[in-house]
Amino acid sequence: MHNEQLAILKELMEVGFCTIEMALFLDTHPSDERGVGLHNSYAARYKELSETYNMKYGPLTSNDLSKCPWEFINGPWPWEIEYINCCI
Amino acid sequence: MWIYEKKLEYPVRVDTCDPALAALILEQFGGPDGELSAGIRYLSQRWTMPTDQAKGILTDIGTEELAHWEIIGTLVWRLVKDAPIDKIKGTPFAAHFANHGRSPFPHDAAGVPWTAAFINSKDDPVTDLTEDMAAEQKARTTYEHLIKLSDDPGVIDTLRFLREREVVHFQRFGETLRIVEDFQNTKKFY
Repeated sequence: MHNEQLAILKELMEVGFCTIEMALFLDTHPSDERGVGLHNSYAARYKELSETYNMKYGPLTSNDLSKCPWEFINGPWPWEIEYINCCI
Repeated sequence: MWIYEKKLEYPVRVDTCDPALAALILEQFGGPDGELSAGIRYLSQRWTMPTDQAKGILTDIGTEELAHWEIIGTLVWRLVKDAPIDKIKGTPFAAHFANHGRSPFPHDAAGVPWTAAFINSKDDPVTDLTEDMAAEQKARTTYEHLIKLSDDPGVIDTLRFLREREVVHFQRFGETLRIVEDFQNTKKFY
């Protein structure tokens, strides 16, 4: 995987983790306004990054848009990626 | 329903080829306090939860556990994928190799296959959430044992992340238990 693709993927993983963490917090603190605000800012960034990634490198999920031939199956798969090559 | 996202929850790094360590890490792939047990336990308990907070937390933590199961499988695979057979012979991983080759398979570090007997769902939210809190602590302890047994800096980095998640999940289950108990106590007065 090229460095630029890996850099976007790693940022997506970071922001994605922030949304997971915020979701768990909000499940037990649903009325926390600051929490919901923080969650929404991560969610908006995630949407932005995943659209960029999808357009440049293909689908992250099977309900993303794909060129022909079907790009979802293109490697490397997550367990095959060498994450250390990235300089961010 | 679920949908697969083509990414790991954490950027797994493995610095060595170490089949003996892979055999130990399998504890969290198919052991009683491993990630598969955690995911199936929490997702099975959702139907009888009385509050929306409890349904939400079991759904989200259960889902995250499946992502952790994928991380553990990745650690095991990376530790053995380039191992020549001579580096597997004589290690604890050889017993696994006899049946499964280099493929991860859900059994514990001693080879006991995963079974639903590791988990429970009791149709009692206080009982279930108390089991879940204990499960998170048991998993945290297991990660601390595995960190002590590991010499691979990349593997240790990932195990430390997973250990931290157990701490966060324990906290959230504790909050959920309090919410459910408050709900049950309120109901008695009306």
